[in-house]
Amino acid sequence: MKRYVIIGNGVAAAGCIEGIRAVDADGSITVISAEQYPVYCRPLISYYLEQKTDLQRMHYRGESFYAEHHADVLYGRSAVEIHADAKEIVLDNGDVYPYDELCCCTGSAPFVPPMQGLDTVENKFSFMTIDDTLALEKAVTPESRVLIIGAGLIGLKCAEGLHGRVKNITVCDLAPRVLSSILDDKCAAMMQKHLEANGISFLLGTSAKEFQGNKAVMQNGAAVDFDVLVLAVGVRANTAIIKAAGGAVERGVLVDDACRTSLEAVYAAGDCTQYHDISSDTIKVMALMPNAYMQGHTAGVNMAGGTALFDNAIPMNSIGFFGLHCHTAGSQPEGCEMYEESDETHIKRLFVKDGRLTGFMLIGKTHRTGIYTALIRNQTPLSTVNFERLKIEPQLAAMGSAYRGKVLKGAV
Amino acid sequence: MKRIYVKEEWCLGCHLCEYNCAFANSGMTDMVKALRGKTIYPRIQVETDENGITYAVSCRHCTDPVCVKSCIAGALSVQNGVIEIDHSKCVGCLTCVLVCPYGAVIEDGSGVAQKCELCMKNSCGTPACVKGCPNGAIVYEERQTVSAPD
Ligand SMILES: Cc1cc2nc3c(=O)[nH]c(=O)nc-3n(C[C@H](O)[C@H](O)[C@H](O)COP(=O)(O)OP(=O)(O)OC[C@H]3O[C@@H](n4cnc5c(N)ncnc54)[C@H](O)[C@@H]3O)c2cc1C
Ligand code: SF4
Ligand code: SF4
Repeated sequence: MKRYVIIGNGVAAAGCIEGIRAVDADGSITVISAEQYPVYCRPLISYYLEQKTDLQRMHYRGESFYAEHHADVLYGRSAVEIHADAKEIVLDNGDVYPYDELCCCTGSAPFVPPMQGLDTVENKFSFMTIDDTLALEKAVTPESRVLIIGAGLIGLKCAEGLHGRVKNITVCDLAPRVLSSILDDKCAAMMQKHLEANGISFLLGTSAKEFQGNKAVMQNGAAVDFDVLVLAVGVRANTAIIKAAGGAVERGVLVDDACRTSLEAVYAAGDCTQYHDISSDTIKVMALMPNAYMQGHTAGVNMAGGTALFDNAIPMNSIGFFGLHCHTAGSQPEGCEMYEESDETHIKRLFVKDGRLTGFMLIGKTHRTGIYTALIRNQTPLSTVNFERLKIEPQLAAMGSAYRGKVLKGAV
Repeated sequence: MKRIYVKEEWCLGCHLCEYNCAFANSGMTDMVKALRGKTIYPRIQVETDENGITYAVSCRHCTDPVCVKSCIAGALSVQNGVIEIDHSKCVGCLTCVLVCPYGAVIEDGSGVAQKCELCMKNSCGTPACVKGCPNGAIVYEERQTVSAPD
């Protein structure tokens, strides 16, 4: 009987448990969970603040998930060391757990750059966990002025979550535009306009240089008074435990398509990893929930002796604010061509290189975008589809009758 | 398991399946009251190809469903092979729309995702699109994978 150990208890870990059990019904599974909660949907913390969900509905899986999968969870415990040669891990309380197969699903942690006077700020929060969210919720009142550092996905989702529960919200970012990691200038400007129309204020191209209690002094000299500060500058992969064990680490733990690390019998999945983006043919950190699950599942199957590959990973995001949705996927490699369509209410930008769709950015109209995503994932030669029709609207009709026959006349 | 398949040679392009779907999932008993003057968001959609051939597209109930693996709320799941959506958990992020390769998840007009659940959760019993198709162009039956070039 194999002994499986999983470090971390996020969505990558849940995928790993399900992957193991798809192959091996008998082996023991032990999950080390630093957080006190069963696996929950991390992206829903902003929806919690908006009161669109609650702690109960935020569970990723049903109540009997661990029992049904015969997995033991050690809540409130952290793994502190991996002894890869001896095939054992050590916990923060000194307990040692031997394993036959290990998966590192440690996720990521907020990155806080050094900022002068940060220690003088009383009400400061990250926005990553349920505990962060409950603490933030407690600190805000209808009179609170909120300053959020970081206009990326997490900062803006936090702004949307707090909207209506506080007096005002200002978001600042060193980047000159919002959502700078996924949107270009024109798309970002459209999103920013929409956020501003909903009452969010921005200070872009500048960030806080210094804090003096409840006042932030910006690099451009402006001063912002606030009651509550949220730090959402970015996240860093939790790689320390693998690095200390001698595993290959860059910005994330390096894994192959089978989710193997460089260490024998040690796998890794989710936000802690760095892996192949087929749309740009580069190795990078793609801290995304769907990918975390798929990596976890892949790792689990392989740990249990099955065969699985996650070899079509791409970055992709579906993110909406105040009813305006934005879908992005893939990348815009140098030298790519762009097809664009836009009006007041929507933008569509498709990026093509070497006869293949490599990426897109869509705001406003997001109907059936998965058909575009599949073109990127499958690296479909555009010569085999009617791309002129696809540009107008994603549709199976433009994918050729052979593909359609396969999809609509048999099981897929 | 039984799934929905189309016979494009029989499809008239009449879009009745779209109306039957919207009605079946409206929770109402009077079709006129349920649909008149309303924009419908059916879970099945009729397409027309460049040769004028029409056919209806709905969820394939994939054997390896990428929508389930991608849902950020754990709202999509496999129940005896049927891919179901738990509307009480869905937060309307539309990640499922972004990943479904067949464009089978539809936004319902109020910001929530919906998809074909084979009429398992409404009062129809068998899929309304199949029952109502005047020309037998949509069938509900067991089939194997069809091998065709990608
Ligand atoms: C506000 C917000 C919104 C988001 N929105 C989206 C979205 O819309 N779409 C999307 O795709 N992604 C989104 N994400 C990102 C998504 O949440 C992550 O990609 C996903 O949760 C990664 O899962 P994971 O299991 O790899 O890591 P995590 O969910 O971070 O889980 C890792 C767990 O491991 C624990 N841990 C770490 N080290 C140890 C140790 N040594 N011992 C024991 N336990 C340990 C941590 O405490 C943590 O609980 C969002 C994130 C945030 C914060
Ligand atoms: S919604 Fe799409 S991905 Fe999900 S099961 Fe249906 S066809 Fe497959
Ligand atoms: S829209 Fe709903 S069902 Fe679809 S991925 Fe988001 S939460 Fe899941």
